Amino acid sequence: MGLIEVQNVSFAYSDRPVVDDVSLTVEAGEFLGLVGPNGSGKTTLLELMIGLRKPDRGSVRLFGEPAHASAERDRVGFVPQNVGDTTGEMPVTVREVVRMGRYPHRLIGRFRDADRTAVTDALRRVDITDLADRRVGRLSGGQRQRVFIARALAADADLLALDEPTVGVDAESREAFYTLLQELNDEGITIILIEHDIGVVTTHASEIACLNRELFFHGDPEAFVETNALADAYGGTQSIVHHDH
Amino acid sequence: MSNALLPAASGISLLATAVDRGVGFLLDTLWGTMLDLLAQLTGIGMLGFPYMQRAYLAAICIAVIGPLVGGFLVHREMAMIADTLAHSAFAGVAAGLFVNAVYAVAVPPLLSALIVAAVAALLVQTLVDYAGAYRDTSLAIVLTGAFAVGSVLITATDGGIAVGINAYLFGSLATVSRFNAALLVAMSAVVTIGITLAYRPLVYITFDEVGARASGIHVKRYNQLLAVLTAVVVVGAMQIMGVILVAAMIVVPVATSTSVRGFKRSIAAAVGVGQLGTITGVTLSYQYDVAAGGTIVLVAIGLYVATKLGVRAGGRTATETPGRAAPRTADGGDEPR
Repeated sequence: MGLIEVQNVSFAYSDRPVVDDVSLTVEAGEFLGLVGPNGSGKTTLLELMIGLRKPDRGSVRLFGEPAHASAERDRVGFVPQNVGDTTGEMPVTVREVVRMGRYPHRLIGRFRDADRTAVTDALRRVDITDLADRRVGRLSGGQRQRVFIARALAADADLLALDEPTVGVDAESREAFYTLLQELNDEGITIILIEHDIGVVTTHASEIACLNRELFFHGDPEAFVETNALADAYGGTQSIVHHDH
Repeated sequence: MSNALLPAASGISLLATAVDRGVGFLLDTLWGTMLDLLAQLTGIGMLGFPYMQRAYLAAICIAVIGPLVGGFLVHREMAMIADTLAHSAFAGVAAGLFVNAVYAVAVPPLLSALIVAAVAALLVQTLVDYAGAYRDTSLAIVLTGAFAVGSVLITATDGGIAVGINAYLFGSLATVSRFNAALLVAMSAVVTIGITLAYRPLVYITFDEVGARASGIHVKRYNQLLAVLTAVVVVGAMQIMGVILVAAMIVVPVATSTSVRGFKRSIAAAVGVGQLGTITGVTLSYQYDVAAGGTIVLVAIGLYVATKLGVRAGGRTATETPGRAAPRTADGGDEPR
């Protein structure tokens, strides 16, 4: 049984279909890269997978339960797009954000030792212990991404879902960030990553799903490079952005 | 029929007596004696007047509960919701006065205001869920709609209730009757307990609503709770602040303390700033015999401007504080975005 099972799923915003009859399975321990052109339904598919949306047709099972009603959603760590914009002027510190990872487990009542240890370990794991008392809004994009990862780690998440996490982050930090993701994946955390940079995905992911409303390809990176799935998905007209960092 | 109602009626009257005794103890014995003593010690006469004692009590309550809900509203850019609910509460006041005038009953206007504002809070939240965002337009429609209902109701009777309405529009120290003061204390307790219990999910949602939903927090339920608690704050603060200005005590103290590091600390600081604003405001309002709400807001905004100027000046003169110096990762940005 897969960690996430997507079966014949379709989803439309009013009458505009964005995901059309997609089926795929994410196994535990996988590093799945989701690629596709802008507006291809990547974000929507990710939201369907972690239960933020309910499919119009088909079914999504997360940890063996219908995704939108799964009682184990606290095992999901989500890193949204543009984390820079969401934090704004709120004077919240790094430690306060990482502590949020424990909140779904302990909505009320005092923090136990286990909670405090989880927070300390998470800060140390992504190397932001010395930023703990800084304001999140004053951090750079790369540092902020680490805060969100630490929050997911503090939650004991075994699934990390990331939606274009490195938009607006400079090249060097991006590389360090993807190395961190790879390490976390090696430690057993399942990762789903939406990324426009095909180079990053083929380097780090163990599986690739190429989407443009329909699923054009699902398999390992080596096979992906040899097919025409990318050109097909992009309609063959757009040039593919490929960076070598 | 009347026999069956008799035990219930006597039960209610017993309860009313008990509540009255409790209120008496709290307002007169505890708070009143304390301020009487303070008046004697300091020689400040107004601290000894019962109605000023109630005004100060209200000022303290408002400055606690305003920032408590404000912290969550301001950082989600939902400040307009407070203003919308205040105008809905005005419709509630008008409805209460109208019903009293037409049917010769005695519904406390604050109670009808509380009910109407709470219903409006749920309505606004539904509109917002439906529209998918905190749209200015839906808030503006509810705000003006409610105010329109209020103004029509006021003029529907022969002008009799228009007299009392000014106190609610602009606020007044004299409107804080014993009943209203007791109601405000009760409402403050409700808000404080509510926010304390829901603090963690509310912080999570305020910081990252999608992340909160992804981790299984019932965002919709907590949003409704926050909206209803905001309605309670608005109605409680309305007596002194006035409908038109009540949103200020929810927004301004929080905005003043955004430079404090840490969310919890910033809320605590906002409560402190709020206390300074309301207590100073009530005092000045008494001394110069001007509107309490307006005076409080002017003091609060004065504190806001002074703080912002102070932070700016401090930022310019002080070179990087140790906490902000030398970011350790290679991308090295520390600039505010």
